[in-house]
Amino acid sequence: MADLIAKLPCDGLLPLSIGKATLVEVVPVALTSVSPLKGAEKDLSKAMTKAHGVGFPGPNNSNGDDAVRAIWFGRAHALLIGPAPDSALVKHAALTDQTDAWAVVCLDGDAAESVLARLAPVDLRHSVFGLGQTVRSQLGHMTASITRVGENAFQIMVFRSMAKTLVHDLKTAMVAVDARG
Amino acid sequence: MRLPCPICGERDRREFYYKGAALERPAPDAGEAAWDDYVYLRENPAGDTRELWYHDGGCGAWLVVTRNTLTHAVIGAELASEAKA
Repeated sequence: MADLIAKLPCDGLLPLSIGKATLVEVVPVALTSVSPLKGAEKDLSKAMTKAHGVGFPGPNNSNGDDAVRAIWFGRAHALLIGPAPDSALVKHAALTDQTDAWAVVCLDGDAAESVLARLAPVDLRHSVFGLGQTVRSQLGHMTASITRVGENAFQIMVFRSMAKTLVHDLKTAMVAVDARG
Repeated sequence: MRLPCPICGERDRREFYYKGAALERPAPDAGEAAWDDYVYLRENPAGDTRELWYHDGGCGAWLVVTRNTLTHAVIGAELASEAKA
């Protein structure tokens, strides 16, 4: 077999530091899409809490921390970020491995909110979008998942095939925000 | 224009994809006239109208949105899976 070289989605593009914002790639151990079977959401949440310490998140919310995080990812849909899923979850949910399917980056710094304000059609200010809150929305022309993971830090996810566009759009916004002073 | 997604909350129009009038699907054996009506014939209402929108830039749910074509007011939205035609 050919000697294949594993490449990260944002290989050669990150990290970036412009003005009061930094952008780094996040490399999760595993990403798993979790969709509860019909009527099984409560049992799934219990099983997730028992196995991974995080319950199934409600709309626009996430549970957990940098080690294990479950973020709401759409209608009847969450993404488990961190460990490979426990086999106990299979009884209550449809699981699919998404580990290499998403580009995951973290935008951090005092200017992070202003940078995202230029790209996303949702209000992401701290007063309405606190720690742990998440949205499925758009970033430029891409559908994205945006989660506040720190006081000034956002985790941003788009399809892996759009990694270069993601970095380009964020970089352009970071430069523009910095130029405003 | 903003649409009140029952799952995500109020969101910008650009997150949504428009499908068309929200109609009740006839039974398979309803006959030619009913199916002709369902496939081809549309009202052009001046007033409240019910339409299907897909929240593709958000939660991925199909919605039935009620809006007024005279005033452009968006009156409400419900999940298509729970809506009665």
